[in-house]
Amino acid sequence: MSKRPFLGWFASPSILIAFGIAASFLAIVQFSLRAHIPGALDPGGFTLDNFTTLWKTVYGKAFVTTVLLCWWTALFTLLIGYPLAYAMVRAKSARLRSAILLISLTPLFLGEIVRTYSWMIVLGNRGFLNATLMQLGVIDRPLDLMFTMTGVVIALVHFTLPIVVVMLAAALSHIDRNLERAATSLGAGRIRCFLTVTLPLSIPGIVTATSTAFAWTFSAFATPQMIGGGKVQTISTLVYQVGFASFNFPLAASLSLVGLLFTIAVLALFNTGIHRLERIGAH
Amino acid sequence: MRKSVLDHLLDWSGRIVLISILGFVLLPFVVVAIASLNDGAILSFPPKSWSLRWYANAFEYRDFGAGLVNSLRIAAVGATIALIAGAGFAYVFNRYDFMFKGLLNTVLMSPLIIPNFTIGLGLLILSTAASLPRSIWLVIAVHVVIVLPFVVRSVYVSLKNFERRYEQAAESLGGTPLHVLLTITLPLLLPGLISGALFAAILSFNEFTASLYVVNQRTQTLPVAMYNYVREYADPTLAALSVIYVAPVAAMLLLVHKFFRLEKVLNVD
Repeated sequence: MSKRPFLGWFASPSILIAFGIAASFLAIVQFSLRAHIPGALDPGGFTLDNFTTLWKTVYGKAFVTTVLLCWWTALFTLLIGYPLAYAMVRAKSARLRSAILLISLTPLFLGEIVRTYSWMIVLGNRGFLNATLMQLGVIDRPLDLMFTMTGVVIALVHFTLPIVVVMLAAALSHIDRNLERAATSLGAGRIRCFLTVTLPLSIPGIVTATSTAFAWTFSAFATPQMIGGGKVQTISTLVYQVGFASFNFPLAASLSLVGLLFTIAVLALFNTGIHRLERIGAH
Repeated sequence: MRKSVLDHLLDWSGRIVLISILGFVLLPFVVVAIASLNDGAILSFPPKSWSLRWYANAFEYRDFGAGLVNSLRIAAVGATIALIAGAGFAYVFNRYDFMFKGLLNTVLMSPLIIPNFTIGLGLLILSTAASLPRSIWLVIAVHVVIVLPFVVRSVYVSLKNFERRYEQAAESLGGTPLHVLLTITLPLLLPGLISGALFAAILSFNEFTASLYVVNQRTQTLPVAMYNYVREYADPTLAALSVIYVAPVAAMLLLVHKFFRLEKVLNVD
């Protein structure tokens, strides 16, 4: 009898899929090094031209826009997500906790299109927000929310919030409550207890949530595409445009490759940050 | 102990903050529900007259029906393949040491970091290079790659909390490995397998970005059909469809919550 029954049977399907993933990655790398022949779908000979083209302003601007979007989205998602996760974990009644959890999670399962379309109706020039504010007399001209960074960030915060809340709640629920009780019994007020005990202990969770928010925003496509409407160009919308409007797949491949390397670099940075924090915590 | 004025102030401001955040989360869905009942083809707030005609339109529009059928087929087949491959991998990863174990894990988990548009582009280029047709199987392959990590995680968590003694007892009583697997291991893993498959199916049903790269007119999924509709028409049909979309998703979440308790599934208890 073999010591590892079923190893071959159980591993084979996943090995097959892994080969597929590796092959498609190699396909992107290979295409990024090929010349584009206008009008033809097959690429030309090997060249580094695609990467020199990326230095052009359009592509540089898209990079800056993407990074700015990631930064603002992560910041506001944390500011909104933290109180929500805190309220959920510390809710006294189980029913309230379940209600908060369900409300924060439902958007996660509605997909990008329904959520983005709903925001288009809220943010549009004749949309809910502008119509309401104008009828209340707060503004007399519609606010420019569609096709702007502000609008895209609002919708992206909504898009990223559920996953950030889940991660922060997981971190907060694993904090030893006795430490807070000790602080309070020694005379610390609620604010001081939160600032000196709870918040510092949840920093590893905050870092993980931020890195996830970053990765989600970076790969978001429908939101910048539909709310940005071509005015807010990110890496994801540009890759699609280069691929399907100009059929320049070699350039699309090199653009996604650079984007992927950038994501990995940023996530690695977050990871070292977490390890540092854990080492500090161990002392 | 009596509460101080500051405590009351903190309690009340906390409540207000909580309600406003929950309001922000729900706002777009409330607005889309109101918009779906707007009678005119051009949206206005508040609607001047009300009607249900956009719901009828959503049901009659042929691309949505075809997209729904495609999406359900892709989600069912894709989740099944991901379940078989993912559960198998989680099992061998949890139980055995073998060559390239770490590398295999890295490659299979990489779609969690690789943006969906890159996955879609990669498989599109690969299938073109191999001169494979852009059939529904290409879309299924893309979805399997994307949902697999979530299945692996779900099954792996169940395996980590697994009580090995039942298997050992069955083995010492003379059960063959296959017998033990079918009568002990699989039944005990069932909750993890079900939640993994469900999660995979929901994710696949909602996937849009990577699908956009690999579908054609015949294989387009419901999210892609919805996206194409918004680009062509501005009427509230999609608002009606969004409301239809929300209902089953919310019902399913409530059901999962009732049986599995979401707090446990998400490890936030």
